[in-house]
Amino acid sequence: MFAPAPFLLKDTSVSQVMTQVCIALVPGIAAYAWLVGPAILVQLVIASLAALIAETAMLHIQKKPLAMFLSDGSAIVTAWLIALTFPPLAPWWLVATGTVFAIVVAKHLYGGLGQNPFNPAMVAFAICIVSFPALMSQWPSVGLQLPLVDQLNVILGLAPRVDALSGATPLDAMKTALKLGEGSQDVAALLANQDIYGNFAGRGWEWVAFGYLIGGLWMWQRKLITWHVPLAFIASLVAISGALWLLNPAQFASPLFHLLSGGAMLGAFFIATDPVSGCTTPRGKLIFGAGAGLLAYIIRVFGGYPDGVAFAVLLMNLCAPVIDLLTQPKIFGMKDAGKGDRP
Amino acid sequence: MITREEFRTIAGNGIWKQNTSIAQILGLCPLLAVTTNAVNGIMLSLATIIVMALSNVAVASLRNLIPHEIRIPVFILIVAALVTVIDLLFNANLHELYLVLGIFIPLIVTNCIVLARVEAFAAKNPPLQSTFDGVFMGVGMLWTLALLGAMRELLGNGTVLGGIDMVFPNMQPIQLLPESYPGFLLALLPPGAFILLGCMIAWKNWMDAKAAERARLKPPAPVASAGCH
Repeated sequence: MFAPAPFLLKDTSVSQVMTQVCIALVPGIAAYAWLVGPAILVQLVIASLAALIAETAMLHIQKKPLAMFLSDGSAIVTAWLIALTFPPLAPWWLVATGTVFAIVVAKHLYGGLGQNPFNPAMVAFAICIVSFPALMSQWPSVGLQLPLVDQLNVILGLAPRVDALSGATPLDAMKTALKLGEGSQDVAALLANQDIYGNFAGRGWEWVAFGYLIGGLWMWQRKLITWHVPLAFIASLVAISGALWLLNPAQFASPLFHLLSGGAMLGAFFIATDPVSGCTTPRGKLIFGAGAGLLAYIIRVFGGYPDGVAFAVLLMNLCAPVIDLLTQPKIFGMKDAGKGDRP
Repeated sequence: MITREEFRTIAGNGIWKQNTSIAQILGLCPLLAVTTNAVNGIMLSLATIIVMALSNVAVASLRNLIPHEIRIPVFILIVAALVTVIDLLFNANLHELYLVLGIFIPLIVTNCIVLARVEAFAAKNPPLQSTFDGVFMGVGMLWTLALLGAMRELLGNGTVLGGIDMVFPNMQPIQLLPESYPGFLLALLPPGAFILLGCMIAWKNWMDAKAAERARLKPPAPVASAGCH
């Protein structure tokens, strides 16, 4: 992690940071397990195991010290983000494939911790939604209260995947209804009549998003992340969704709906703030967050995929080096920003 | 005539050392586009082999007659004429496969492998050596494209030899993985080809590094054991 001066020496190791990120995810995970189903806990375990095995194998091949890199916890954070972005009842191999791909290709082939240009968790999501679109779009229908054993059987492939187990996400359902309705459906009616919507957004999911928000604010308070990326992400998402919503409230959902739907909160606080694949300068972070929020909205509303956060973050990852180069802060005593270190 | 040593060098260069796909990294466009299964890769490679062998022998025979300044247009004309023949042959005899390979057969004209061998080898060497060079460069391309195609279709569909019925109508693709295999679509898309090609290049470099290490250790140097660690 490199940031422009001033450099302050702080006694934080990678493993401490990663542990705190995991703690910050707990409110969201708790809400997820309580409201949507305990299957997410199984997925977290599967993803963590897959990540640790892949990490061990890659470290072994590269003859790097196992204990040091395995205990830094970065693989676990990647694994948890993958488990949280995949459908909770996805078969075990889907989560495992995504995680192994993230660790092996997106992380280690690019040089390991701190060298990856793309967020590994989002690479896993993108790879899987491109390769297995059907499985990645099957989200458990609302109010499905299966016992943990049954959920486990579905994940392990012991029980058949029946249609009742799966539905579209609230975001996807709204997009499809609005598209098929061709103007006859409006957002307010959908929110009021359809079972999958709660008070603000998807029923249950809205509170999971609140859980991520609480964890994210805690990370900000602990100075694990700065305010720039999350604020810029949320502000740009609110700005674009608010503008379209004011123009045509029947066809576009409110900013609150978009903030509490899909991966917006998780993306704003946990994914776009990745110090390795994101921007490092303060102004760069603002541009990065704003760009990710804007792209996420465009992809999720006008695109073909259920949610846009993953692709938005990956596209901004691609721009991050250039943004960093163009937003070098002013060097003390120099007139122009960032000219000092370039010939 | 050709000596045994020359032949070994030409064959070794074509098949492994200067392999078009995993050492020179040439011709990526057809490589990405047609290797969605092994049969397509093999058939395109066969077409390329024929073109390369014939164009190499033609250029090598005419190499002393072609004015140096306009050699590239002349090479292109020769290659284009041969490719047109191959294109028409595929269209007439393997029409279904021709539809699959599509534009990539005419595009052999612009394939940098063909022009590279003509320019780098055939323009400077006698016809016999040039013919072998064209054939073995093509064989190198053939096995890499076949391997890449086989890996991609196995990962993507769970089959091997998909599309074999287009070449031999009485043969069927073999389903290697169980019917319930969901198919890893990424492997069939261009990014999958890039990733697998990267793995093959890494494998070649690893093999070469191991061979170099063995060659280094082979002569028993008396001072080698005194190295400090």
